[in-house]
Amino acid sequence: MTSIPSNTLHTDNYLNHTRGFMSWAFTLDHKRIGVMYLVSVLVAFFFGGMAALALRTHLIAPGTEMLSEDAYNQMFTLHGAIMVFLVIIPSVPAALGNFVLPIMLGAKDVAFPRLNLFSYHLWVIGAIFFLMSLFTGGLDTGWTFYTPYSTDTASAMGGVIPALTGAFILGFSSIFTGMNFIVTIHRLRPPGMTWFRMPLFLWALYATAVIQVLATPVLGITLMLLIVERAFGIGIFDPALGGDPVLYQHFFWFYSHPAVYIMILPAMGIISELVSVHSHKHIFGYRFIAFSSIAIAIFGFLVWGHHMFVSGQSALLNVIFSAITFSVSIPSAIKVFNWLATMYKGSISLNAPMLYALSFIFIFTIGGLTGLHLGTLATDVHLHDTYFVVAHFHYVMMGSALFAMIGGMHHWWPKITGRMYHELTSQIGAITVFIGFNLTFFPQFMLGSQGMPRRYHDYTGDMWLPETVELFHTYHFWSTIGSYVMAAGFFLTAGYLVHSIFRGKLAPANPWGGRSLEWQCTSPPPHDNFAKQPTVGDCYDFSVLRWDEAEQGYTWREDVPRPGEGDRDPYEKGELE
Amino acid sequence: MDDHGHDHPPHLGHHWADSQQQFEAGKLGMWLFLATEVLLFGGLFVGYAVWRGNDPELFQYGSQYLDTWLGAVNTAVLILSSLTMAMAVTYAQLNKQRALMVCLVLTFLGACGFMTIKYIEYTDKFQEGLFPGAAFYDGPKDRAASKYWVEGRPVITRETLLELKRGLGERVPESDIRRPERTRAIAQAEMSAIEPAAIGPRGMGEDIRRELRPRADEYPPPHPVQDPNRPTNAHMFFNIYFMMTGLHGIHVLVGMIVIGWLIVRAAKGHFNSEYYTPVDLGGLYWHIVDLIWIFLFPLFYLIH
Repeated sequence: MTSIPSNTLHTDNYLNHTRGFMSWAFTLDHKRIGVMYLVSVLVAFFFGGMAALALRTHLIAPGTEMLSEDAYNQMFTLHGAIMVFLVIIPSVPAALGNFVLPIMLGAKDVAFPRLNLFSYHLWVIGAIFFLMSLFTGGLDTGWTFYTPYSTDTASAMGGVIPALTGAFILGFSSIFTGMNFIVTIHRLRPPGMTWFRMPLFLWALYATAVIQVLATPVLGITLMLLIVERAFGIGIFDPALGGDPVLYQHFFWFYSHPAVYIMILPAMGIISELVSVHSHKHIFGYRFIAFSSIAIAIFGFLVWGHHMFVSGQSALLNVIFSAITFSVSIPSAIKVFNWLATMYKGSISLNAPMLYALSFIFIFTIGGLTGLHLGTLATDVHLHDTYFVVAHFHYVMMGSALFAMIGGMHHWWPKITGRMYHELTSQIGAITVFIGFNLTFFPQFMLGSQGMPRRYHDYTGDMWLPETVELFHTYHFWSTIGSYVMAAGFFLTAGYLVHSIFRGKLAPANPWGGRSLEWQCTSPPPHDNFAKQPTVGDCYDFSVLRWDEAEQGYTWREDVPRPGEGDRDPYEKGELE
Repeated sequence: MDDHGHDHPPHLGHHWADSQQQFEAGKLGMWLFLATEVLLFGGLFVGYAVWRGNDPELFQYGSQYLDTWLGAVNTAVLILSSLTMAMAVTYAQLNKQRALMVCLVLTFLGACGFMTIKYIEYTDKFQEGLFPGAAFYDGPKDRAASKYWVEGRPVITRETLLELKRGLGERVPESDIRRPERTRAIAQAEMSAIEPAAIGPRGMGEDIRRELRPRADEYPPPHPVQDPNRPTNAHMFFNIYFMMTGLHGIHVLVGMIVIGWLIVRAAKGHFNSEYYTPVDLGGLYWHIVDLIWIFLFPLFYLIH
């Protein structure tokens, strides 16, 4: 019986297998593609975050024209478009998923490595188009490109078509990743890895991939129609020529609501891993969590109309969409309760990944419950397009999806880089980010319920009551302070992560005590992941692991046979399917 | 692609256990891609349904300017090319290199034929000024060359057609003479799968319905710009027509590239009964392009 191999940073691994720029830019190795995605997404996150800080800084001093009206509009459009299309949608599936999915399955690569590389190149091209929109006159439509503004009023803005083209290309990048993942999960599972043996992260990625494949093409055709409409003015969405602007909203949200689940589902998958591994306890309610991912994917297609309660939709449609919207809370709550039950009586390690996971559960609960206010027809009329909405989707998109991504990044960081980051600093970073986040966005719930509309450049002047201005200013003040705290936390995080690459301790194969297959190969993994296809066990049964002081990581207990040896499990011998 | 040197055929990726696994994965991937294609077009089909539901008279009116014959020939060409594509897959599986080549070339020629006819149709529409958008209302550039532009003789509208019929002694009640709302009712009845109830006294509406679409050779419809009975926003029909057939045309062009690539590889003898995945997948793609056209043809050319 061999022990789990220790760190092999200086032996052959995927990082030093070949060298040179071209060996990265045109690699077919899913791990390198994942790393390139990760770096690109983080760069985009930096720019999107800077835009957000500029907005927050402007709002702390209203009326001072730190940003002109046009600059403000362009800034929030840029922030939204970058964060949605370039950061959150590709962050978990394309960056972390690419790296982890084949290894978790015990495969050598994804099903179509060339398509995988192509999808990354598409991401880069899409990002270039977004940049182009900045230099061809800018973009101030908001990330939703609502008609008629995007075809009519914003006609002075030359950046609309490049941005639409960029989003179109990014959509196909996302589709190709999704197709790759579905085929990989269907066709490249090793013997013994039945559907209900898969780590829950893979279930989540699978559900996500289904949405990516089925919803994104509709965004593609919508953006194409909008490009044609803008370029030739043929009147598809223009009522003056017999078109229908609300049809655009239907098309757009038919994709963009499921897209919300493209963002949150893989994040939930990460949380299922983190909560179980760092509580050192078997996941509670495996099948419920797995099926709730699929249920969310299905429900996600049926609720797009809740973005249009005040867009002139019929009352009947409103009621139907409102009812289905509430039903999404059932699978979401199933997940939250199962995570809590997993932690119950667990041996919880409060390291950075777990802190992010706990943040996720706390923040997601608030984000989810405030969604009910917006799904309720009567309250939505009041809250629509106020800061309440802004706070709600930041709680779900940023505080949940992005925090899970950062938590997952910390979780797999030793595996990706072969290095450990400084533990105490990472804990301080996670707590700072958590405090900063809540300080930024909780006041925005209050702002919104008091009537502050979103996307407003200024909230002073004759049309506002002085006491209202004072109230809003207090909330905006704390919100901005919070955003600075959060930014400080992120810079600290960036600092210790970069530091760890050069100075960090060498990571053991299994620093956290995870049992899914990626912890069985070395840190960082070799070029082909596994010399021999590994045999699969129950990936949440941690009782077979023990802490090895010399290794500074977890190893297999000598008194327990490994999967495939002995009589532990008929699944692993391929007798049961 | 780094090979390990041991009994891996050249087409087999390093991460696959065997050719069968690779083939099945490729096929699943292709079917997923076809699903995205269906959804891409699905957006436009939904658009068609919405616009048709809102303004059925636009479709009834606009479709008379399409040439059903050319559309039908194109449909036949595309179905035949799908047949030769399917035969190509079989011949690849049977290792019949020559027949494979012949079928691929025939498929390619079918695609060329389709695009040629489409080119003729599009050119005709452009010359007649039947554009999407506001340019529609400029009329044809060269009015003398237009077969719809009426000069020197009274505009033959559907209304005058009915007048003619009445003059010939046929009973056409005043109330059935075409008015927009009337057309609308007829068009809506047409959309129903159930046989519509007779319209007008003694079912005269059915006759009207038949006569509403004058045969092009006998009574060329007047150019929409001249037509006093043109429904509002008649250009919308050409919006959706050009969007859908245009996107389909782009897919045919992509299909031609794919088939051309298959021809090159087949000439090099890459395909045999062991390895024919690209032919099979290219065939699947070609069939979906065909299938989409089979929906477009009746939606634009046949029903009205």
